[in-house]
Amino acid sequence: MTRTYVSHSHPWWRRALVTREVGIIALLAAVFAYASVAVANFAGPLTVTFLLLDVAPILLIALPMALIIVTGEIDLSVASVVGLSSVLVGVLYQAGLPMAVAAVLALAAGGAAGAFNGYLVAYVGLPSLAVTIGSLALFRGLAVGLLGTTAVTSFPTGWTSVATGTIGDSRIPLVVLPFLVLLAVFTYLLHFSAFGRGIFDIGLNKEAARFSGVDVARTKLILFVLSGVVSAFAGIYFTLRFGSARGDNATGLELQVVAAVLLGGVSIFGGRGRLHGVVAGVLLIGVISSALRLEGVTVNIINIIIGLLLVASVVSPNVLAWASQQASRRHRRAHAAPTHEPTGAVHPQGR
Amino acid sequence: MNTLSRASRATLVAATAALVLSACGGSDDDTSSEGTGDGGSSDDMTVTFLPKNLGNPYFDTSSTGGEAAAEEFGGTFEEVGPQEATPDGQVQYINTAAQQGVSALVVSANDPTAIGAALDQARDAGTKVVTFDSDTEPQFRDVFVNQADAEGIARAQVDLIAEQIDGDGQIAILSASANATNQNAWIELMEEELAANHPDIELVETVYGDDDDQMSFDRTAALLQTYPDLEGIVSPTTVGIAAAARYLSDSDFQGEVALTGLGTPNQMREYVQDGTVEAFALWNPEDLGYLAAFTAHALVNGDITGEEGDTFEAGRLGEYTVGADGVVLLGDPFVFDADNIDDFDF
Repeated sequence: MTRTYVSHSHPWWRRALVTREVGIIALLAAVFAYASVAVANFAGPLTVTFLLLDVAPILLIALPMALIIVTGEIDLSVASVVGLSSVLVGVLYQAGLPMAVAAVLALAAGGAAGAFNGYLVAYVGLPSLAVTIGSLALFRGLAVGLLGTTAVTSFPTGWTSVATGTIGDSRIPLVVLPFLVLLAVFTYLLHFSAFGRGIFDIGLNKEAARFSGVDVARTKLILFVLSGVVSAFAGIYFTLRFGSARGDNATGLELQVVAAVLLGGVSIFGGRGRLHGVVAGVLLIGVISSALRLEGVTVNIINIIIGLLLVASVVSPNVLAWASQQASRRHRRAHAAPTHEPTGAVHPQGR
Repeated sequence: MNTLSRASRATLVAATAALVLSACGGSDDDTSSEGTGDGGSSDDMTVTFLPKNLGNPYFDTSSTGGEAAAEEFGGTFEEVGPQEATPDGQVQYINTAAQQGVSALVVSANDPTAIGAALDQARDAGTKVVTFDSDTEPQFRDVFVNQADAEGIARAQVDLIAEQIDGDGQIAILSASANATNQNAWIELMEEELAANHPDIELVETVYGDDDDQMSFDRTAALLQTYPDLEGIVSPTTVGIAAAARYLSDSDFQGEVALTGLGTPNQMREYVQDGTVEAFALWNPEDLGYLAAFTAHALVNGDITGEEGDTFEAGRLGEYTVGADGVVLLGDPFVFDADNIDDFDF
């Protein structure tokens, strides 16, 4: 929301094209093109289907996660909510409930889990990092406790084939459809509504947001509930795709979600981020993992690379900001020109 | 939008490109892995082993056997697998194998149904699927290589204990939990075998250590106090036999009371070496992997289709026949004793 002089000093087309988001999209295209040529079998017909099936839970959860991180908070419990909803679907279905009812109850449980996080963060005022690390353990514990080390695998094939199926004869999985609906909803919420402007305001300056009429607590509560519901939906998908409800489903997924969101240009400090960058960030991680797996790279190495990407995407803006400041200081000194740095430029990453 | 983000983009591009390039650079020898899947010649056969998880000594041993087999028939061997033994972790590797069009996938399933859809997709792409160690539902694979059948396991343990107590005296069984399906089936067959062939051996009691080390240890102590004339203990579970051996090796009963059952060499090595245990049984995972790879080879070559009665040659293990439901049985359990235990590490 900050309108910096620096960012308005370029023509509009340049501002639209030269952004972090466009950079990530270009990088995604480049890595995809490189893998298609250089990685054996990457260009095969199955790649796009499997890739989208694999990243679908991350794509889904990244939407609410992006909004939460823009407010300056974080939700680390998402993967545990996935596990909890997976177990609930399994246990309820096994107990004789129809699949649809079990799914709705799991979504409700996800909403409740999100409300629990949201209440503690928004109304009690606890830091979201601490709250959601706690609920990460709590929800995972509940999931494993409910089902033990067993798994429910007897799901109706009608449902599991929807989760793994594609649209008609195309290579695009069906799960992309609910994702596109959610993407439209979240894009409207973040970029085209007063609610979304409030989200950016909170991330930039919570006090200022409050004084300008944004209900900070209510906004955060809504976002955490959305995060819980979408994570539960991802959990249902996860369960049906693998035909297996287990307490340890999707363990560690939160790392990939956060990595993808930050890679997509959302600032970990809040106040900045756009959803097309987030989607590109998720797909970039998916393409890199898929290509590396095809090359026979082990899961350890893939995790190391994703971890490095995460660190790089968080660190690089700060390091570069510092380097650029040094450079411009030298530049100014060399020219000995009068300096009238506009005060608005303190947040050069503003959109 | 400004110099900062442009510079940061450049860094990201460079970092990612470097990572991707360096990761891809080391695997030039992988280019031969574009098997067609149903090729008749074994020269370009690729076989991918997918154990339950990596870093597990049991599966390291089976992969050693698989690799040796692939070397013998001139195929390319690869081992992949998840960190944790979960079905979703395996599905990604099954998908990757389907994309690569490997000739055969040899899987120890983390779930009998959950990985079924992925295996179906791989088979549609022309990949032959062999399960070993842990089967899927029969419709999801071509052949299951079974490590041992219940009769063989029961008979091997009865034979071992009968030999160790000279076919005469009281024995007891230290099992896992009271409702452990496998153990109960074996115990029933062991009772039948004892009644039929060893009338002088009396099974005085079956106790349950719940596959818990301490509880198995305590149950062993109680057995020896309750039955002063006890000649031997059979423990058809790896946890039980190790706990019982630990108790015996520190007690006056060492060498007096025989102990056998199902154990792993690494757990039992010190007790075999100090004389507490004469011999115990299990299957040989190396042979299991070796046979699974040769089974995959026979499927890819078209020597077998998985029909009952199909026969094929499995290198040094000789000829095998596919049984009912597409199951190939490795054979009788393998007996580990002081002479051979140092050949194994699992």
